Amino acid sequence: MDNFDYHLATSVADAISLLQEVPESRLLAGGQSLLPLLRHNRARCTRLVDIAQLAELAGIQERANELVVGAGVTHAGLAASTLVRAASPALAALAGAVGDPHVRHLGTIGGAVAWNGAGADYPAALLGLATTVTTTLRVIPADVFIRADSMDDAAVNTVLERGEVITSIEFPPTLAAAYEKFPIPASRSALVGVLVARFSDHVRVSVTGAAARAFRLPDFEAALLRRFDASALGGLEVDSSGLLNDLHGGADYRAHLIGVLARRAVARCSL
Amino acid sequence: VSGGEGARTGFGVSQPRREDRRFITGRGRFTDDLLLPGQTWAAFVRSPHAHARIQSIDIEAARAALGVIGVLTAADIEAAGLRPLPNGWDTRSIDGTPARIGVRSALATDTVRYVGEAVVAVIAETRAAARDALALVRVNYEPLPVVTTTAQAQTADAPALHPEAPDNVVFDWATGDRAATDAAFARAVHRVTLELDNSRLIPNALEPRAVNAVYDAGTREFTLHITTQNPHGKRGLISGVIGLAADTELRVLSGDVGGGFGSKAMLYPEEIVCLLAARQLGRPVKWTAERTESFHTDAHGRDHRTHVELALDADHRFLGLSIETTANLGAYASTFGTLVPTVMYALITPGQYDIPAAHARVTGVYTNTAPVDAYRGAGRPEACYLIERLVEHAARTLAVDPAVLRQRNFVRSFPHRSAFGLIYDTGDFPGLLDRALDRIDYANFPARRAESERRGRLRGIGFSCYIEIAGFGPSRLLGQLGAPSGVWESAEIRVNASGTVEVITGCHAHGQGHETTYAQVVCDRLGVPFEQVRVLHGDTGRGPAGSGTSGSRSSVGMSAVSLACDRIVEKARAIAANLLNEAPDLVAFANGRFSGVSGLTVEFGEVAAAAYAAQRFPTDMIEPGLHAVSFFDPQNFTYPAGCYVCEVEIDPDTGVSRIIDFVAVDDFGRLANPMIVHGQVQGGITQGIGQALLEGCVYAEDSGALLSASFQDYCLPRADDLPRYRIEFLQTPCPGNPLGMKGCGEAGAIGAPPAVINAITDALGVADIAMPATPERVWRALNTRQRTH
Repeated sequence: MDNFDYHLATSVADAISLLQEVPESRLLAGGQSLLPLLRHNRARCTRLVDIAQLAELAGIQERANELVVGAGVTHAGLAASTLVRAASPALAALAGAVGDPHVRHLGTIGGAVAWNGAGADYPAALLGLATTVTTTLRVIPADVFIRADSMDDAAVNTVLERGEVITSIEFPPTLAAAYEKFPIPASRSALVGVLVARFSDHVRVSVTGAAARAFRLPDFEAALLRRFDASALGGLEVDSSGLLNDLHGGADYRAHLIGVLARRAVARCSL
Repeated sequence: VSGGEGARTGFGVSQPRREDRRFITGRGRFTDDLLLPGQTWAAFVRSPHAHARIQSIDIEAARAALGVIGVLTAADIEAAGLRPLPNGWDTRSIDGTPARIGVRSALATDTVRYVGEAVVAVIAETRAAARDALALVRVNYEPLPVVTTTAQAQTADAPALHPEAPDNVVFDWATGDRAATDAAFARAVHRVTLELDNSRLIPNALEPRAVNAVYDAGTREFTLHITTQNPHGKRGLISGVIGLAADTELRVLSGDVGGGFGSKAMLYPEEIVCLLAARQLGRPVKWTAERTESFHTDAHGRDHRTHVELALDADHRFLGLSIETTANLGAYASTFGTLVPTVMYALITPGQYDIPAAHARVTGVYTNTAPVDAYRGAGRPEACYLIERLVEHAARTLAVDPAVLRQRNFVRSFPHRSAFGLIYDTGDFPGLLDRALDRIDYANFPARRAESERRGRLRGIGFSCYIEIAGFGPSRLLGQLGAPSGVWESAEIRVNASGTVEVITGCHAHGQGHETTYAQVVCDRLGVPFEQVRVLHGDTGRGPAGSGTSGSRSSVGMSAVSLACDRIVEKARAIAANLLNEAPDLVAFANGRFSGVSGLTVEFGEVAAAAYAAQRFPTDMIEPGLHAVSFFDPQNFTYPAGCYVCEVEIDPDTGVSRIIDFVAVDDFGRLANPMIVHGQVQGGITQGIGQALLEGCVYAEDSGALLSASFQDYCLPRADDLPRYRIEFLQTPCPGNPLGMKGCGEAGAIGAPPAVINAITDALGVADIAMPATPERVWRALNTRQRTH
């Protein structure tokens, strides 16, 4: 690990100015993705600006029927929140199955959303739960937030700009939702994760783990909008082109799992 | 002889492990815990290429870096006159020629042959400075074509790794009777054939490899602190490489060892380099592997490709067994690299069955992968996997119950001479299977399968009737098989004047609990309290010689302790006779007390005090003191055996296999400490299930990069992957040692993989599936089956 400066930000504004003072500076939230990479010299930075403790980023509230989750809320905090468990049990369950207990008690939703890792669970939640990401500059719909036009560049996976800090994530109400995750045995991150959510006027089906970015399945959504039942997905196949094909699973296996997990998620929504 | 006080703590009792207090409170003393005055740290520049010519090495920038005090390359190894790392076994090809051993220098000379091979060593004032300076070393490589698999190694256009073996063949070894085997196949009514891979594994001991090398320029003696399974063996091997005039110029010390599974039994380059650096720099040099280094450079295990055939008569009795195996030895012949896939493997391939004729041929090949050597079971898991998968396959092919086919062919009378010349001394193979069938409720398996089917699941059952050879020597037999030196065990017992007992053993512990079990033997034999017995090991400067802890050799060491106790008792009896004014042959010893015909008694502790006081017996007839040394050379291998039955349930949608039930019935002869044995079996089964379902070592075929070089990619079993095992013991005492023990260290890792894979192939209705049988592989097997049905 190379040397770097460490600054404990006193406010979001302070964090932004610290961030902009030197090139190659980075925000540190829970550090559960960044620190292992720094430790193995697979990422570099000159300055870390710690925002994990900022009060501005804490807390979970219900506002205008939406669940507003502060960017600094940990996965464990999200999973344990009575508000979240009542409003979005699928989100609480997803957060409660991220990584391991250590990761869940240090890692934050803001950090995970900004990182947008390929096998991470939150990208499925962002797309599937029709969330918005509120930053210090703007409010970004999830479909815009995750960039699909830069699949070959792991570093440019969201529209976040330099000096832009996520402050909260908003979750609109769902009629029902369920997340089904098929973990890679070694890392326990998602080989494939599928989130199905039913809203008053539409259905969303999102997939994480299967490709470099999370994505939605419009034909699955259309079929479920016509009839919200696992059998509605019967004839649908997932195109394996563009899916990851690696040590942990072939593209065709991932495509197959997407169908299986989507049907299971729908069945759980219907319970 | 049975002790009174010792009865509660003696042999056969589940005495809690005295080691555990320090381990679970973080007070163990491991090699990396040691910090010496003037300590320096080593770090290694390692090859990023699987096969490349080294064109140039520039170490000047690293040498000039802050904190760096030395940089070593192959030139330093050569200048110091060091020899290559040796092949530790005389393995001969069929034509009588010795194995073709490629030169393995402690630092690569002109060619690197696997990713992770050490090229340059940087020694610095701190660990961080050593590590940082690695980036300053410039090595220019000219990449060469790469070969990673046994299949590629022998193709016509395969690149040759070593000039000594232009076709990459290390040895072409065989055992058994070819003509008799051919005759058996000629008269066979049924022949069953199988092609099998035994997958490569990465050992992953909890504590990584670590050394701290010291050189005393005054006495010109080395001290090597190292985490090892075999301090004396290490001393001998290293003395040879360094060219020491006497092996006493090197003292090997090993404190607590956090697991080994075989991977800490062999010689590694880093140990040699650190010793040389310590001598050159005059300061202690320490190195502890990082986990990524462990993945790349610890000796890997298994990696066989085998074609096997079984001949049967009309009644399904086995007539002959014919085996052709190609074993991947990796880039170099590691210390026991040629032993493990030959003697340790082929001799026991007939398993628990009476097979009159057998032949096995093993070809060892070099590839651009980490050296392969002993890993828990070392050859015997490969043998068991082969025969138990084959017998299961034969049963399915011939449409007979796999239990019935096994029962028909078990060895039933002992001693039994196998087709490969082993003498099975004792066992009860039908009894093991019967017990396991009863425990798993085999009769009702069809009902359970039907119930699973109703839930859309596929259920399968698999057997594994394993046997291994363990408890090595005998020295003479192993010498005939290629051992360069004796394989026995020793123990020294010092009874002090205070009555306390120190047991000093040649073998070491890396998780076996010797400090507890060896003391239990002493409690039993001498009748002294457990608290008064202390076991010392892991120091070539203090203990008698030993042959290392591997292959369930703890039981051999325990026999040596038992024999030394006998000597102590005999001397104490002579002294007691003087104290009691009786003739020695009329003095009895029981419950820690000597008693004469007169009815007078004297406690063992009083005799110990008298032995040192030396006032109450004639010292011209009896020497003062109470001290004995014994060496125990077993007269045969031991034959631990068992029957494992596994039931799996498969989700055909995802391919996920879940182990529903796992029954293990083991025969280890007499058990020194059932709790510890239970733990050994649990750990072994877990490693076996790891191989069967989870642990996949993957090299990129084009580049030779190790793709599974972290716990993110290489899956070790975790508690929620595993069922609760049902473990039972059946004890047929071993006649070959004074304690009746057979050993238990490898059994689980040997027996479990075929049980699991037999269950999965049973559920799927396929002949074979590669290990690890991941959900994806199971799903693909189902797809293939559906297409062909």
